[in-house]
Amino acid sequence: MNIYPEFEVLRNDSRCIRCRVCERQCANEVHWFDADGKLMLSDESKCVNCQRCVTLCPTRALKIVKSDCRLRENANYTDQTIKEIYRQAETGGVLLSSMGNPNPLPVYWDKILINASQVTNPPIDPLREPMETRVFLGKKPEHIRRNADGSLDTKLAPQLTLSMPVMFSAMSYGSISYNAHASLARAATALGIYYNTGEGGLHEDFYQYGKNTIVQVASGRFGVHKDYLEAGAAIEIKMGQGAKPGIGGHLPGTKAVGDVSKTRMIPEGSDAISPAPHHDIYSIEDLRQLVYSLKEATEYRLPVIVKVAAVHNIAAIASGIARSGADIIAIDGFRGGTGAAPTRIRDNVGIPIELALAAVDKRLRDEGIRNNVSIVCGGSIRSAADVVKAIALGADACYIATAACLAMGCHLCRSCHTGKCNWGIATQRPDLVKRLNPDIGSERLINLMNAWRHEIKELMGGMGINSIEALRGNRLMLRGVGLTEKELEILGISHAGE
Amino acid sequence: MELNAANLGFQELNECLRETDDRQITLSGCIGQRFIAAGMSGKEIGIHGIPGNALGAYLNGSVIETFGNAQDAVGDTMNDGEIIVHGNIGDAAGYAMRGGKIFVKGNAGYRAGIHMKAYQDKVPVMVIGGRTGSFLGEYQAGGIIIVLGLSGGEKPIVSNFPCTGMHGGKLFLRSDCAGIHFPHQVHHHPASAGELEEIRGYVAEFCAHFGGDPDEILHAEFTLVTPDSGNPYKQMYVAN
Repeated sequence: MNIYPEFEVLRNDSRCIRCRVCERQCANEVHWFDADGKLMLSDESKCVNCQRCVTLCPTRALKIVKSDCRLRENANYTDQTIKEIYRQAETGGVLLSSMGNPNPLPVYWDKILINASQVTNPPIDPLREPMETRVFLGKKPEHIRRNADGSLDTKLAPQLTLSMPVMFSAMSYGSISYNAHASLARAATALGIYYNTGEGGLHEDFYQYGKNTIVQVASGRFGVHKDYLEAGAAIEIKMGQGAKPGIGGHLPGTKAVGDVSKTRMIPEGSDAISPAPHHDIYSIEDLRQLVYSLKEATEYRLPVIVKVAAVHNIAAIASGIARSGADIIAIDGFRGGTGAAPTRIRDNVGIPIELALAAVDKRLRDEGIRNNVSIVCGGSIRSAADVVKAIALGADACYIATAACLAMGCHLCRSCHTGKCNWGIATQRPDLVKRLNPDIGSERLINLMNAWRHEIKELMGGMGINSIEALRGNRLMLRGVGLTEKELEILGISHAGE
Repeated sequence: MELNAANLGFQELNECLRETDDRQITLSGCIGQRFIAAGMSGKEIGIHGIPGNALGAYLNGSVIETFGNAQDAVGDTMNDGEIIVHGNIGDAAGYAMRGGKIFVKGNAGYRAGIHMKAYQDKVPVMVIGGRTGSFLGEYQAGGIIIVLGLSGGEKPIVSNFPCTGMHGGKLFLRSDCAGIHFPHQVHHHPASAGELEEIRGYVAEFCAHFGGDPDEILHAEFTLVTPDSGNPYKQMYVAN
């Protein structure tokens, strides 16, 4: 059954100069030139609304709009719901989507407001007073230890040093392009933060950025070997991902080409399947075994991160991880992005990061083990304000990926799974990859982070806080608006006006 | 170097192994220490006693010979080298192994060779002399698994659900595999003489370690299992 296209391509013919840029730029082959009629035509059924043609059209002759040709309105069976049924009836397939959950579920960040100082405890102006945004991730000592001669024992567990509490979270080489990885790696190095390989191995060209790289070990163990483990500044064990908790990953064979297959160490064209579970992990004790096998293999020089999706029992799970020997817990909320995930999983599984983070921080403090681990949270951190709220709820740092992709040019068309990203990010097609210039990509990432760092300082200064450490877990700086008693209780904050 | 492991924790034990310049090391009194030789290169380690889980994890070119049984996760994510076990091994042996060889005289537990991989000339090999538990070669993505069924009594050569999710590599079972149920995405057929030639060298190495005559072992019916597609999940999705 033919499903009516979702978008319309509106071309202002009086502006169109037939330069055919739109045609050359569209990997979905929406536009073409009709030589007989000397005019540009388009097939909107192929359009994903990535805005590439709109952005590059020199005369602004193009506009992509949502089609108003809809099925009869129904608040229960929405247009989207019905069309999904049509697609499945046609193919028998599992619905596959990309990027984070787009549905109108509560965004708690937007219902949390930040405090500022007035009259007493005056605000601090970051332009004239030093503000500390540096954070250290890793186990912190419980007690002061002294050597035999009375001097302080300053030997610490391995730590990551971040110039600001934000890192680029895991996106594998394969799910994103070489140039996207190059942009992230260079930006992380210039900024003094970290990017994350995801489960795709580390391209040999990027070993030079190892000091600012987190290498990931997931269930498929792609590209994992001694040199890889030692190349990075930390090792992340991926147990789960916010966009698809409880299921694995799957890089289609069409993307496992050239250097991607080499970096993953799998044959060209072979599907790269990361199974849902780690087959050797059925308990916290088993997780401990993987943590320590990695520590042994790297001689205890690197912190080990355990990344989990935010799910119902996240507080208890985090408590287990904090006792597993891991140095850092990364929690990924249900809005986290993905290069491909079954729609039903992405849109229905997991919980919001705000609630998960608050619950985990409280649980670890209640159990007296909060200093065993640092907490990193991700899953739709969209702005400096989200970062500040996350830190005040108890995070040590945040992971961003969707925001980083946007900085590199992503227009959030949610079509990564097609492999035809017109912005050169989620694709392996050489002609598309080269559209992302790593010089520009890294510069835009650096700009974004520098802007956020200024905003973080301003927000902190307004609260009269001059160090990010003094903000962490400082929930008195937060108030809720329009939240229920239960939501406030879980978030551990008061309502505005209280 | 000779090292008595009886009173050492796994951390101290591995420190000793890393610190010595000796290439050859004999461990005695091993009592279940985990992660022995994790990630190590250039060592030849003989182990008396029982090593613990994750023996030779991420092994990067050492040879480990265990004169007894080994536990779970032998050669986890091993890259290069050799692990020889004069006994039985536990579950998940050679998990995600991407190079090197594992030889086991006796039986293997569940999930042997799970998610083994290969890339170009890097082809991991696991030879099991006895029989294996369920889920042999699960998600196998490359490499060669050989099960000889030379010991282990009357049990089938492999227990339930072999090759689930297999999408690469090869599995040779020294049996007609009558009564063994394979999933639909793999092919299995009696291995031809030509196909068996591929494993003759590995069987000979097995015999060099544990005794036996390669010709005699190969003079039997083998079943060869291969996946029928590198893209088993291709048809499952519809873009939304």
